[in-house]
Formats: sequence, C-alpha cells, structure tokens
Amino acid sequence: MSALVLEVQGLRTHFFTKAGVVKAVDDVTFGVGRGRVLGLAGESGSGKSMTGYSILGLVNPPGRIVAGSIRLGGVELTTLADRAWRNLRGNRVAMVFQDPMMTLNPVLRIDTQMIEAVRAHHDVTRSAALDRCREALVRVGIPSPDERLRGYPHQFSGGMRQRVAIAIALVNKPDLIIADEPTTALDVTIQGQILHQMQLLCRESGTALIWITHDLSVIAGLADEVCVMYAGRIVEAGAVDDVLDHPMHPYTRGLLDSVPSRNTPGRPLAQIRGMTPSLLRLGDACAFRERCSRAVEACRLAPGVQLSSARALRCVNPLA
Amino acid sequence: MRIATEIPARADAAAARVDSPWRQFASEFAESKLAVAGLALLVAIILAALAAPLISPQNPYDLAQLDVMDSKLAPGEQSMSGKTYWLGTDDQGRDMLSGIFYGLRISLAVGTSSTVIALAIGLVLGLAAAYFGGWVDALIMRIADIQLSFPAILLALVLLAVLGQGVDKIVIALVTVQWAYYARTVRSSAIVERQKEYVEAARVLALSRPRIVFRHLLPNCLPPLIVVATVQVAHAILLESTLSFLGLGLPITKPSLGLLISNGFQYLLSGTYWISFYPGLALLLSILSINLVADQLRDILNPRLRK
Repeated sequence: MSALVLEVQGLRTHFFTKAGVVKAVDDVTFGVGRGRVLGLAGESGSGKSMTGYSILGLVNPPGRIVAGSIRLGGVELTTLADRAWRNLRGNRVAMVFQDPMMTLNPVLRIDTQMIEAVRAHHDVTRSAALDRCREALVRVGIPSPDERLRGYPHQFSGGMRQRVAIAIALVNKPDLIIADEPTTALDVTIQGQILHQMQLLCRESGTALIWITHDLSVIAGLADEVCVMYAGRIVEAGAVDDVLDHPMHPYTRGLLDSVPSRNTPGRPLAQIRGMTPSLLRLGDACAFRERCSRAVEACRLAPGVQLSSARALRCVNPLA
Repeated sequence: MRIATEIPARADAAAARVDSPWRQFASEFAESKLAVAGLALLVAIILAALAAPLISPQNPYDLAQLDVMDSKLAPGEQSMSGKTYWLGTDDQGRDMLSGIFYGLRISLAVGTSSTVIALAIGLVLGLAAAYFGGWVDALIMRIADIQLSFPAILLALVLLAVLGQGVDKIVIALVTVQWAYYARTVRSSAIVERQKEYVEAARVLALSRPRIVFRHLLPNCLPPLIVVATVQVAHAILLESTLSFLGLGLPITKPSLGLLISNGFQYLLSGTYWISFYPGLALLLSILSINLVADQLRDILNPRLRK
C-alpha cells in the first residue's frame, strides 16, 4: 500500500436542494494503490456513484464538494481550477458507465468517438490516434478491430459495446479507472470475461481500478480491497477476504446474507428489513440503526471510525 | 432447389441492411404506397419548379410575349397565333401553365429558404436553452411562448405591413413566425438526450462544450426536427400564398401561387374558373405531397410508432 494512486480523505459531497441538504457522500476516506482494485459496494442511493463523480469533478449543481481532499498521484484535485481538472479527466482518470447501450453515442461511428477521446488530450494526428484506438480495441479483446472501428454502436452486442467503452477508457492509459457497475447490464458469461480482462489489464499496466457495484460476488472475485457504503458513509472497509469472510458491520453481514447462493434451498431468502433512509434527515446517528438487529442505545450517537489492523469500521456494536 | 437459392439472397439483403442505415430507411419509407406516391409527386413538382424556364411554353414575366387578345382563354383553346394554352390564360393573356411553373418556383423557394433559416436559428437557440438551462432557458423559451401565443398569420401581417413587400421581407416574416417551433422541438429532445449516459461519458472524456453540443447532442435531436421541418415547409408555403393572396406578400412582378389565385379570384363566379383553379390545384398538390412525405417520415423516425 505504498504508492497510492488515489487518496480520498474526509470527502463530503452535499446537494443543496429546496427540501434541505442531502449528504450524498459524507466523510468518505479511502485509497487505491497502483494496479490494485478497490470495490465500492452498497445499495442504490448509498453514494457510491456520487463518490466516483466527485473524483472526476463532475458533480452537477445543486451538488458540491463541501469538504475533504482528493489526491491523484499527489496532486490535490478539489482546489484545482476547472481547466486543470478537465485535463486530468479522461486522460489520467477515466470512467466506464453502467449501461453499454447508452454510453456510446448512437449516431457516431466507433472510430469517431475513440479518436475524439484521444485528441481531446493529445496533440496527435488522426492516423496516430487511430493506431492507439486499434491497439486499445485489441487489448480489450475485440477481434478484427479495423472493421469494428468503422461500425456504429447499434451493430455491436452489449458485451462488445462495453468492451468498446472500456477501450475508450483505456486509450489514454489512465492512472485510474472508475467503473460504475459496468457489468450489471450484461449476462454472467460476458460479465465473467470482462471482469477477467479488466483484472489482467490493471495488473499489466498498473492502472488502479475503482469498481462500483452492488454485487458482492463480483467484488469477491475481482477486488483487492472493499469499501461498503451505506447512506453516504463507508461503514466497513478492508481487504476483500477479511471483510467478506468475517464481516463486522451488521450491514455488511446483511448484504452478504442477501446473496441468494448463500441461503439454504427451500428456506425463504434472508433480507435486510426496511429501506434506505432518506438522505435528507440523517442526523449524526448511525443511519442503519432502524434496520439493524443489533441496534443499541449508543447507536443514537455518531459512531466514529474504528481502525483495527487493516480494517475500518463504523459501528458501536460490531459483530465479533 | 428454390429454397436453396432464396436463402442466401435473403441473407445478403439482411447484411446489406445492417451495413447501410440509408437503405433501411428507404425500405421502411417504401412500406407505404401513399407516401411513395407523395414523394413521386413532390419530386415532379420540385423538378417542374427547377426547370420552369426550360419547360414553360412562355416566359410569364416577359411582357413582350403576352398578347392581351389572348386574355381569359379557356383551357385547351388556341390563340390567334396558333399556340395552344393547355390550362388557359389569365386576364393579361398570360399562359397559366407557365405561370404555375414560375409560381411554384417562387413558392417553393420562399418556403424552403425560410424554413432552413428558421431551422438554423431555432436549432441554436433550442440547444442553448437545453444545454445551459437556468435563466438562458427561461429567457429563450418565454420569448418563444410569447411568439407562439399570436396566430402566425397575424404576426406575419403586422410584420409585412411594417417591412413592406419583397421576397426578402416575406422570408423575414416567415422566419419570425417559425423559429419558435424548432426551438421548442430541439429543446425538448435535447433535454431528454442530455440526461443520457453518452453525454456524461463525453464529459468524462473532457470534450469541449461546443463539441458535446454540436457533435453529440445535435445529431441525436435531428429526427423529430426533420419531421417538424417537413411539415413546416408546407405551412410556410401556405402562409406565403395566403399573404400574397391578401396582397401583402410578394410584389405583383413575382407572381407566386397565392398571387395567381388572387388574380383570378374576381372572375371565379363568372365562369372563368381556371385562373384561380389551376394555381389552387398546384398549391393543393404541393402541400398534399409534402404532408404525405412528412407523415411517413414521422412514422419512421418516431421510435414510439416503430414496430
């Protein structure tokens, strides 16, 4: 964990809506090393995507980063001017989105979209850019890239499109890729292939990867470290084997129990009762306490982050 | 044996369809016989308008070619000099067929040019409103609302009364009453498109703003715009004809269809029907063919009506 590509510390991204302040990301701290994969897990609305957007500086008004620091290769991003941040975006940090059907512009050819990505950051000729694109497509495992480059997105299957999207992310050889549930919309065989390829690519190139997902089985297979988020906060973080094998936060436990394969056949599936609380009315108290079977009186106070050897935990009454 | 020969042919056709979006578009368009007929008619009308100086028996603007003795001849009648006027002549002795060809030329030119200009203006304003939002959006859209709250004909009449007659003036008037339709159409589809992930993806790549707006957003907003534009060409032609009929549009030296109709209007009940009737028919057929084509375009380009 020496050379951290990305260090996020105490990040708070709040949305100032008419109904009140929504704390989408609240005091989030983590780091990713070179060639490492960090899994960011949580339910819908837990702030995992917003964390990704914050790193890219793409939080739309009324949202705003109110506190914390994001350091990419030692450079502080939050105080960076717009222009400088834009130079990093797509160049040193790239993003892959959830729905491959939507991330490619349907009316532009693949080569147009890829060359555009290269030339937005590098002053190279069209043909030099095209060479890079071809190389990137080969790296993500697309056969006959020359033919594919001349195609339109609708001529590609979902898995192929996601590969193209990943190739676009890779084309500028970024230090960090943020992947926002990129395999959720794909079937499992394709998901497996893409996960495998991503893992390989990161190992080879030393690119750090943040993999945002709600699927803990993906994280189990792919990530080195995991952060579990709930209601804008990281509730548990640590090495992936530690956290998934011995969850200490009741929420992590609940998430793991909700994975169908872990349940005994014939028994009703385990579930976490209730719903994610509204982010508007979060006090200092633990946001999970109303759904938690282990809630105690002390949960009404803000649970601080407890650090043990390699584990961060935000719970006053953890599982042993 | 027959099956064996047919299957590869069909596979070829399928491959070709994947390769060319235009071919797919054409085959979908051809599904409606009526639309094809409309398109054929429209092409014929456009060709007639373009080739007017070549195919007209007479130059209706050249006073030397006119003979007052030939005035108000019925369709098919021959003149003293032995020429046949297939659609008759008007009260100046002008050949109606030639008049219609030249009239179509002006009507179509005014209709399309005003549409293109209005489209360009509406497009830029609509995109700006959608992309920037906030007060820019509010300002542009409120102006459009005010604009649309007046009947088009009223606004055009007022404008022409102020500006005077002339081809340029009527184009200005038509652009003024039309741009708001495009601005609204573009804005509404751009707002939908803006939410899509490919725009976010373009922002992640840090592409420049104009590039995102014109390269990524605009082409995806075009389909509804094409439909509105085709319908609006018909509207513009009709509006121009109405204005000319009322004597406010084009000058008498440049007779458009509307002016031709108004020329014969006073003789309509005295049996000399053709002076108004044939230009009216030409106008009707132009509008009809444009609308048939526009209808089919709407069916093809509207994803909700797609099979």
